[in-house]
Amino acid sequence: MTAPLSLLALNHYLLVSGVLFVIGLIGFLTRRNLIIMFLCTELMFQAAAIAMIAFGAYHGNAQGQVFLIFILTIAAAEAALALALVVALYRRRATLDAESWSELQG
Amino acid sequence: MMSLLAQFDLTPMLSLASEETATRAIGSWAGWIPLFPLIAAIACGVLAYRPSGAKSKRAGLICIIGLGLAFVVSILLALNIGHGQGHVTLFEWIRTDHLKADFAFFLDPLTSIMLIVVTGIGTLVAVYASEYMWGDRGYARFFAFVSLFIVAMTCLVLADNLILMYLGWEGVGLCSYLLIGFYYEKPAAVAAAKKAFIVNRIGDLGFALGIMLTYLQFGSVEFAVIFKQIEAWQASGAEISTAVQTIPFLLMLGAFGKSAQLPLYVWLPDAMEGPTPVSALIHAATMVTAGVYLIARMLPLFLLSPYALPTVAWVGCITALFSATIGMAQYDIKRIFAYSTVSQLGYMFMGLGVLSSVGGTFHLFTHAFFKAALFLGSGAVMHGFAGQLDLRKLSGLWRVPGWQIVTASMFVACLALAGFPLTAGFFSKDMILAQAFVTPGPGFEAIGWIGLITAGMTAYYTFRVFFRVFMGPVSFKPGDDHHGAHDDHHFHPHAPGPAINFVLIVLGLGAIFAGWLGVGGASHGWFGGMVHASSANYEAVHETTHEAGFFSNPHQWMMLASSIIGILGIAIAAYLHLLNRPAAERWRQAILPVARLAEHKWCVDEGYDLLIRRPLRAVGHICYALGDTLIINGLVALAGWIPRLIGAAVRPLQNGRLQGYGLGMAGGAAMLLIIVWWML
Repeated sequence: MTAPLSLLALNHYLLVSGVLFVIGLIGFLTRRNLIIMFLCTELMFQAAAIAMIAFGAYHGNAQGQVFLIFILTIAAAEAALALALVVALYRRRATLDAESWSELQG
Repeated sequence: MMSLLAQFDLTPMLSLASEETATRAIGSWAGWIPLFPLIAAIACGVLAYRPSGAKSKRAGLICIIGLGLAFVVSILLALNIGHGQGHVTLFEWIRTDHLKADFAFFLDPLTSIMLIVVTGIGTLVAVYASEYMWGDRGYARFFAFVSLFIVAMTCLVLADNLILMYLGWEGVGLCSYLLIGFYYEKPAAVAAAKKAFIVNRIGDLGFALGIMLTYLQFGSVEFAVIFKQIEAWQASGAEISTAVQTIPFLLMLGAFGKSAQLPLYVWLPDAMEGPTPVSALIHAATMVTAGVYLIARMLPLFLLSPYALPTVAWVGCITALFSATIGMAQYDIKRIFAYSTVSQLGYMFMGLGVLSSVGGTFHLFTHAFFKAALFLGSGAVMHGFAGQLDLRKLSGLWRVPGWQIVTASMFVACLALAGFPLTAGFFSKDMILAQAFVTPGPGFEAIGWIGLITAGMTAYYTFRVFFRVFMGPVSFKPGDDHHGAHDDHHFHPHAPGPAINFVLIVLGLGAIFAGWLGVGGASHGWFGGMVHASSANYEAVHETTHEAGFFSNPHQWMMLASSIIGILGIAIAAYLHLLNRPAAERWRQAILPVARLAEHKWCVDEGYDLLIRRPLRAVGHICYALGDTLIINGLVALAGWIPRLIGAAVRPLQNGRLQGYGLGMAGGAAMLLIIVWWML
């Protein structure tokens, strides 16, 4: 393990993480394409992962990295599942527009 | 003859044992009186539950043995108790800090007389029913109910406190309900059973309130404590509070319900839907006299109010006259005797009311014999003629082979009911009527005159039945139960068997000789002695009754007057219904409106329907519309409506758009973040 991260370096990492998260959030809220929306959620996911690693490095322990491994594993499985869902939805309506799935309105 | 009768005064013979030992000896037996019938009831009930036992002849035998043993114990008790008193505690029942009501028995001569009537008539009716009910698919059930009835009735009679008495009181009411509705597939029987139960509820409410008020005023429901307190009040001449004076009126209401007096008599005539042995046992001889017994037992309490006993007397008197008028116009034999029962119960209340407690209870005693005989005799007719009870369709039965014993016992019982000289009803009725002329009270003399007129009417309607059904030319039509041959010529009435005949002979003898127990001596012989030794004693009665001279002794001239009136009634009946039957129809036509009204029971049932049932139904409908539909349903609807309203307000948030949810989530998280930031 290398030397612990300085506070200044941590702030830089966190800034990247935050920017990545906000980009993902804005993309999720504004875009209607299901695949794009899904990619945006992945973006937010990775933002959290970066923050996790940065903190792990700052505190000088391996817990952040362990978490990351888990998150990546689950993200891989989840990506397969979510893309399968998107395919299924597409087959139903022949469109990827999220607006076309609004039956649950009260 | 009087000297001969005086020998009936058995009291010296009976009180052989000293009172102490007698009391102790009685203690061990009295518990058996309700216990034997209880065992019989359980055994019959078990039989009734098994398909093989429902029609088993064993049920009748078990019931007869159970009631017979209870009768034997009752006789022994009566012989032992003499003029003493006893007290037996079977077990502790209700014990709180203030209220004590044990399952205990209060034994005095009045108790023992009632027990003899209840168990004696009960046994005879069981013997009769073992033949009468034979073949019915509810044979075992019938005897289970009858035994249970005797259990409840003996508890009522033996109780040493008002609560145990109430238990028996409700128990006999239940058995009455079960037995009136015995043929539960017949709508009329079910309706009659319900009517009896509901009308009795009104009276029982009064009784229950009376018990509660007694407890509040006396601090106890035990007879011994109550009587002692009353004695103390009388000795000190204390003012009797209004609350205490109210008690007899409440108890009276219960008595009028159970004993079918105005205005609660309407259930008794309908109760004839039950099997005839039940009509004889419960609705003529025993249960309906419970009200009379209640007042006789609580007589010291009734004497506390100056208005209580006159009210009893007047209600009894009016009931006697009123139901006699209905009885004169009916055609159904059992119904005539039902109205006659109401009328005779009126006499008993009249007797108690005019302070002839001996007369009232004695009439209860003699009435039990001859009215049971009349009912069982008409039951035999009903049984033999396929349910025929219309006196216009039966005639000359005494000439039909096999019906002589029925005819003879009916004749004797009719004589007793009509008050023919030297029969049972003669002595007891005269005792009551004579006392009405002696006791000073509000209109008691008028009561005596009305009683005399009613006696004539009683003689008329009784012999109307007898002359129509048993005398005259032979002719009969079978009733509705006759399904065999299609034309009436092939109908053969089947004469009663040995069991029915035996019971009728015993009761017929009772109808003649039971009256002699009350003959002779200053205190009306053996019977009077017994009653005077009980709580129904009223000493002052005899101060004015024994002056010299014929007309100043009401008991003597009353015997003459009522004999004449009774024979007159019989003679009118003989003319109209035996010698010149068409004349009866002409007379009916002459007073058709009145006759019609009397046939329709003066429209009392319709009146109650109009004045009580319909208004109550209307109130019920209003309560349903206001209370149930509006308030209760409204509250329930409100409870559902409020969440629905909230839902309607919040529902637009759920717009079904993925981005919308995402925005909400992000916004919420941001809000949370800002709050946390701000708080730190």
